[in-house]
Amino acid sequence: MAQEKTYIEDIERTLYDIKNVDKSKYKSQSGLTEDIIRDISARKNDPEWMLEFRLKSLEVYNQLSLPNWGPDLSELNMDEIVTYVQPDAKMTGSWDEVPDDIKETFDRLGIPEAEQTSLAGVGAQYDSEVVYHSIQEDLVKQGVIYTDMETALHEHEEIVRDHFMKLVPPKDHKFAALHGAVWSGGSFVYVPEGVHVEIPLQSYFRLNAAGAGQFEHTLIIVEKNASLHFIEGCSAPKYNVTNLHAGCVELFVNDGARLRYSTIENWSRNMMNLNTKRAVVGKDGIIEWVSGSFGSHVSMLYPCSVLKGENAKCEFTGVTFASKGQNLDTGASVIHCAPHTSANISTRTISKAGGKATYRSAVKVTKNAPYAKCSVNCESLMLDDISRSDTLPTMDIEGDEADIGHEATIGRISDEAIFYLMSRGISEEEARSMIVRGFVEPIAKELPLEYAVEMNNLVNIELEGTMG
Amino acid sequence: MEKLLNIKNLQVSVADGEADGALKEILKGINLEVNKGEIHVVLGPNGSGKSTLMNAIMGHPKYQITDGTMDFEGEDLLELKTFERARRGIFLSFQTPEEIPGITVENMIRTAKQSITGENIKILKFRKELKAAMKELQMDESYAQRYMNVGFSGGEKKRNEILQMLMLQPKLALLDETDSGLDVDAIQIVSNGVKRFHNEDNACLIITHNTRILKQLKVDRVHVLMQGKLVAEGGPELIDKIDKDGFGFLQGAE
Repeated sequence: MAQEKTYIEDIERTLYDIKNVDKSKYKSQSGLTEDIIRDISARKNDPEWMLEFRLKSLEVYNQLSLPNWGPDLSELNMDEIVTYVQPDAKMTGSWDEVPDDIKETFDRLGIPEAEQTSLAGVGAQYDSEVVYHSIQEDLVKQGVIYTDMETALHEHEEIVRDHFMKLVPPKDHKFAALHGAVWSGGSFVYVPEGVHVEIPLQSYFRLNAAGAGQFEHTLIIVEKNASLHFIEGCSAPKYNVTNLHAGCVELFVNDGARLRYSTIENWSRNMMNLNTKRAVVGKDGIIEWVSGSFGSHVSMLYPCSVLKGENAKCEFTGVTFASKGQNLDTGASVIHCAPHTSANISTRTISKAGGKATYRSAVKVTKNAPYAKCSVNCESLMLDDISRSDTLPTMDIEGDEADIGHEATIGRISDEAIFYLMSRGISEEEARSMIVRGFVEPIAKELPLEYAVEMNNLVNIELEGTMG
Repeated sequence: MEKLLNIKNLQVSVADGEADGALKEILKGINLEVNKGEIHVVLGPNGSGKSTLMNAIMGHPKYQITDGTMDFEGEDLLELKTFERARRGIFLSFQTPEEIPGITVENMIRTAKQSITGENIKILKFRKELKAAMKELQMDESYAQRYMNVGFSGGEKKRNEILQMLMLQPKLALLDETDSGLDVDAIQIVSNGVKRFHNEDNACLIITHNTRILKQLKVDRVHVLMQGKLVAEGGPELIDKIDKDGFGFLQGAE
C-alpha cells in the first residue's frame, strides 16, 4: 500500500492563547532565594510556622537534585522563573468586582457560565492568587467549606496545619520542596461527616504572566461517609519563555467517603508541568481520579493513591495526548496498605506529529495488604511513524493472595479497520477520527461534559494522501 | 435487464510478501456481468482468488489492478475510492469483520447511512428500524449499544454484517464467505436475511465454500474460479455437481 501521511490538526488553541497585558500588582524577582521567600510570605501575611515551613522547604530544595529518570528537565532554569505574580485584584465573591480583563478571560473559558448551569461552587485563580470564589448557600449551611488556601490558612489554621504537605512532604522530591517554599493560591475544601455534595465544585487555574510559575496548593478533606466531585481545569497562553507549574494536591478521603477528582490540564506548549497529587483513603473509602493531560511542553504527573483502610478503593481513568514538541510522562501509582484494598487503572495515550507519550505506573502491595486486587490496563495509539509511546509499569508485591493484572497494548491505526469503515461509505478522514474517538471513548465518557466536547475537538483530523 | 456490475479482463496483483517490491498476480483476466435482480455465486478452492475479487471490487488498496476494466452502472469503478464505491451502492460483507473499539453498532450504522445517503438520519426512526432488523436476525437488542464486533463470536460478527446490509440497502451486496464458521441455525438466519434483502432492484455476489447457504436462495448464475481464472459457468445445477464431485472434474479446464 502507498505510504500515507496522517496529519492531525492540533487542538484549536486560539481560545487559550489570548493573552492579557501583564497588569500584575506585584511580581517577585526571578529565581529562588531566601529573601524572595521571606518577601512572598510577608506579602501573604503567613503565620510564623508557615514562613518556617517555606524556609525549611527551600533548604530541602537546595539539597535535592533533579530526578534521574523521566523527561529531560535541563531546559528549566529556576533563576529565570518568577515564582510569585500577584494580580491586581482582590479575592471576591462577585464576578462584577473582578477586573474586566481577568473576568473576560474566565468568560472565554466558560467558567461563569458553567457556574450557572452545572457547578455548586467555583474558584478561579489568576497567576499566583485566587481572584474569585463562590459556593452555594445550602452547602455552607451544611458546613461545607470551599475557599482559597490563603483564606483557609487564616480562618481554619488548625485544619490546614494538620494536613498541609503531610501527604506530600517537601522532601518527597525537588519540586515538592519547591512547592513548599513558594506555594500560593489553590483551593481548600472541607466536607463534613455524612454530607453529600451532589453538584461538582470546580477550580480553574489560569497562568497569564510570561516566565512565571504557578504553585497552587489544593487540600481536600472529605470526612466519614461524605462525598464530593471536584473538578480542576488549567490553561495558559503560549509564550516563548518557559513557564513552570508545580502544584500540589492532597486529598484526604476518610472512612466510607467518596471523592471524584477530575482534572483537565491544557497548559500551553511552553509549560513545564511538574505536578504532585496524592490521596489517602480510609476504610471502605473510594478515590476516583479522572485525568486528562493535553497540554504542556513537558509533563510529569503520577497521581498516587494510598489505600490505607481495609477495603479502600481506587479508580483511575486517564488520557494523555502528546503532539509536536511534547513529552508527556504520565501515569498513576497505588500503594495497598490494608487487606482487601482494590485498584483499577485504565489509561489511553495518543502520540502524533513527533510527540512522546509515556505511561508510567507503580503498584505496591505491602505485607499488611493481603487479598489486594489491582488491575492495570493501558493502551497507546501512535498516529504516525515519528511519534513515540512507551509503557513502563512496575509492581512490587509483598502481600499474600494478591490478585494483580496488567494489560498493555501499543499500536497504530489499522489499515484494515480504515478499509472496513470506508467500505461503509465513511471517508478516510472521518474513519480515522472515528477510530481515534473510539479509542478514547471509555475515558471521554468519564469526563465532565464540557471537557468531553473539548476532547472531541482534539481528534478532528486532517489528512494528506489517501487510501483506496 | 439493467446492468449493475460489468467486469472485463480484470487482472489483479498483490505485493509478494517474500520478494521485496515484487507483485504476485492473483486474478488473471476475469469477465463477469451482474444485473439487477440476480444472485451470482462464485465457487472455488482455497487460494483461487475469490476474496481478491471481492476486495478488488470494493477497492482495497492492497490489491493492484494491473489491467482490465470494472464499471458499476456505467461508471468507472477504478476512478472511485472505497467510500465512494460504497456510496454508489456497493456493500461488502467481510469474511473477518474488523473490531472497532469505542464505536457502537448503532452509531456505526447510522454514521454509515448518513454518509451514504447524505442525509441526516433521525435517531428515533432509525432505532426502530434497527431494532426490527436485529429481531429478524435474532440478535439481542443490547448489541446495538456494544462496540463494533468487540467480543462478538464469529457467528455474531457475521450477523452484524448482514444487519448492516439490511440497514444500508446497497444495490450490490458482496458476501465473502458469510456462512463460514456458522452452525446450521445461524446459516439459516443469515440465509433468511439475504433472502429478505434481495429483490428486483438489487443483486448479490456470493462467495462460499459451503453450499448450504444457497439452498434457500434462487441462484441465477454460478461461476467457478480456479487459479485466478473463471473456468466454468452455469446455472444452479453446477452447485449440485460440485457438491457431489468436487472441483476435480474442472482441473485443466481452460
